[in-house]
Amino acid sequence: MKVALFVPCYVEQFYPEVGIATLELLEKYGVQVEYPLEQTCCGQPMANSGYQRFGDDASRVFMENFGDYEYVVAPSGSCTLHVKEHVLGESEVKVYELCEFLTDILKVEDVGVSFPFKVGIHASCHGLRGLRLAKSSEIVGDDFNKPRTLLEKVKDIQLVELQRKDECCGFGGTFAVSEEAISVRMGMDRLADHEDSGVEVITSADMSCLMHLQGLSKRNQHPVKIMHIAQILNGAKPS
Amino acid sequence: MSSKNEMLDKIAKNKPPKNTLPELLSFGSGERKEWLEQFSASSALNGGTTIVVKSWEEIESYLKSKFDLDKQTVSLSPDLNGNLDIASILDPHDLEKVELAILEGTYGVAENAAIWMPEEKLAHRALPFIAQHLVVVLESKNLLPDMHEAYRKIDVAASDYGVFIAGPSKTADIEQSLVIGAHGPRSMTVFILDL
Amino acid sequence: MAKTITHAEAAEAFLKDADRTQWHDETLWHVRTKRDTAAQKLPEWEQLRENASKVKEYVLSHLDELLVTFEKNAKANGIEVLWAKDAAEHNQHVYEILQKHSVQNIVKSKSILTEECGLNHFLEDKGFDVVDTDLGERIIQFNKQVPSHIVMPAIHLKKKEIGDIFHTHLGTQQGADDPNYLTEAARNHLREKFINANAAITGVNFGIVESGGFVVCTNEGNADMGTHLADVHIACMGIEKLIPRKADLGVYLRLLARSATGQSITNYSSHFHRPRSGKKMYLILVDNGRTEQLGREHFRNSLKCIRCGACMNTCPIYRRSSGFSYNATVPGPIGSILSPGMDLKKHSTLPFASTLCGSCSDVCPVKINIHEQLYQWRQVVTEAGHDSAAKKWAMKIGGKVMGSPSLYDFLGKSARSALKLTPKKLVYSRVNTWGKSRDLPEPPKESFKEWYRKNRKP
Repeated sequence: MKVALFVPCYVEQFYPEVGIATLELLEKYGVQVEYPLEQTCCGQPMANSGYQRFGDDASRVFMENFGDYEYVVAPSGSCTLHVKEHVLGESEVKVYELCEFLTDILKVEDVGVSFPFKVGIHASCHGLRGLRLAKSSEIVGDDFNKPRTLLEKVKDIQLVELQRKDECCGFGGTFAVSEEAISVRMGMDRLADHEDSGVEVITSADMSCLMHLQGLSKRNQHPVKIMHIAQILNGAKPS
Repeated sequence: MSSKNEMLDKIAKNKPPKNTLPELLSFGSGERKEWLEQFSASSALNGGTTIVVKSWEEIESYLKSKFDLDKQTVSLSPDLNGNLDIASILDPHDLEKVELAILEGTYGVAENAAIWMPEEKLAHRALPFIAQHLVVVLESKNLLPDMHEAYRKIDVAASDYGVFIAGPSKTADIEQSLVIGAHGPRSMTVFILDL
Repeated sequence: MAKTITHAEAAEAFLKDADRTQWHDETLWHVRTKRDTAAQKLPEWEQLRENASKVKEYVLSHLDELLVTFEKNAKANGIEVLWAKDAAEHNQHVYEILQKHSVQNIVKSKSILTEECGLNHFLEDKGFDVVDTDLGERIIQFNKQVPSHIVMPAIHLKKKEIGDIFHTHLGTQQGADDPNYLTEAARNHLREKFINANAAITGVNFGIVESGGFVVCTNEGNADMGTHLADVHIACMGIEKLIPRKADLGVYLRLLARSATGQSITNYSSHFHRPRSGKKMYLILVDNGRTEQLGREHFRNSLKCIRCGACMNTCPIYRRSSGFSYNATVPGPIGSILSPGMDLKKHSTLPFASTLCGSCSDVCPVKINIHEQLYQWRQVVTEAGHDSAAKKWAMKIGGKVMGSPSLYDFLGKSARSALKLTPKKLVYSRVNTWGKSRDLPEPPKESFKEWYRKNRKP
């Protein structure tokens, strides 16, 4: 199976290790991964700020890079959602967030790694309520959680229950800057929930939320570690 | 142009393409025996009390033990006595001193303990609100499982006024603390007559 | 003209009191969890939401016909029906009714529509005694405030503060803050008002087209105390409050209280079809921007709202900034998609007071796609130019960079090196809002693309 890898702009620039983990993970499951070298960004930063029209060039570049593939995989629920809702249009390209690609398409059963730590899952909102990677707490129905299902296959991992299992971290793209005070407070509240539950490592399918939480925990010298789910599934350990 | 026509014209111009009206919903109604338990539990959550009785005498002795029946008591039930002749009251303001109102309910809904009280069962619309305490007697055969069933059974437009009463007057407007007896009844007791 | 305060500024001011913020957040989160418990008890919950949404879509797509039928049926019931295209006309109708019946004393039950129309001030200016009888509304009326929440109007106040307000206005003991004691004081005070009122004003939760009646829901019974004692009942209703059939109430009454507070139903659900013999009942049908909202394709679904307030209780921003930060009659997520339609410039920051987390849409009992509408309003706000020039400029540049792979690579690399070389003091200067309270990520030695070229690409 051939898949095009879409690496979100902030991962490309600041968290290459997340892109590498995603690539290696997909290769481990026998996927032929191609990374179109001319890719940039999905255009979400502009669009969510009210300037979808300024993201048109980014959308064009996205389609030039990915338009001919059957499958595109990205280690981000948020970017995947934006592409599906605002970039693809009539195109038949199938874009997947990494976790849902692993559970729904590759139907991964064995991950073959160990992670002997207390882990809290941060449910990033766009993956949760946009892509339905899990059942949100508001909805009534059968419970499911794709990222959690994958992590449950990791040996020695201790998944921790939170007081508020799917409250937003307050990142929200430019919201983090335009509503800085409340964004910071939301992030600190999320950190507290994880820390009160004894979490050693916070993980998520979205590095953008994690960048926000990491920025706060580092500034306040909290010991909690931050890792993208691809890194845990690929066998990395907290640094 | 009148405001009415102006509004209607704007709606005609602005409304979306026509959608169809979905069918009314209906769900499995469970066991009649469960309804009684469900009703009692819901009533307690609403701040009321539900007591299952086998006879009118049981109700009478309960009322004697719990209420000062020397105070103004209105009973609209032929089987229970009050001390205020409701027919003598023409202006609802004269109900101001009523301590206890005893009413007969029509249908009760198990899922939320709401009892349908049409105007005919109230004498005055104000009665179940102005009284300090409220008692409603309901026959167990008149329990319904949920609100869908209630609206199927009851024509709410057949009465000039009607109200689903599910508990006493309550508020949580001060720091979300539940307080019973906001304006109306300080208690609501439902007797389910299980004959 | 004074500059309109932005949501961010108002939120920042609220957040300065960290303890109050935590208290406010936890109080509303508690209501949200009660809602969850109530909803989870009904396996058919999602079917109810879907049905409630579809019925309202039917209503919106037939609104003109339904209003005509509703009016006809209500009139046949002996209800006088008036139409008001805006707040001013609504207030004028109320005024004329009050004059006609020589009313002096008015009791009101909660109606967000009359808040929207500014009815209280209008009537007070004309010399009427207007008493809000919902306990929460009476508290804020004493305190000269507007509701900070549509279901729990005084949720922003602590009991100590309410104790002080009651001490001033009702003569309760100084420092007394027991909710039972305070409620009893309000009860005695308001009983007298109910007894002496000549007219009662209520809102409307649902107008029933097929039977020409309407439903009002309360827990306190205050709408009933008012209307059943006064000679005149004036019910004020937004035109979107219609439901076609009596039996549709089954769905809406199951959803409304559960969504609002986690109760299975409000303790009183009153169905008004005809006035008391010899008494008067008026129904005012109000537009005030609703027909315009109906014409906005992306936003018309906001008119499905049944005013349960669940989106406020769940919103992580509302919980941490309080209702007043929205500076609008209806605060929170639903207010942020309704208010821009009334005054785009004044409310231009509200669509941005969200992370687009989507919890509001998932909790909404009539399935309004609130967070998607927030996204759409953002586009409208910037198109209309109600956004900072600096942000627009940054976004335009951002778009250009993202539209050019070579520029993107070049600037990415430059930014990473700059970040590495710049002294920390300069990186975290005042212009870096991100860095005020957060560290920036450590710039890596190479980007993913650089790594990929080295390690994978032949």
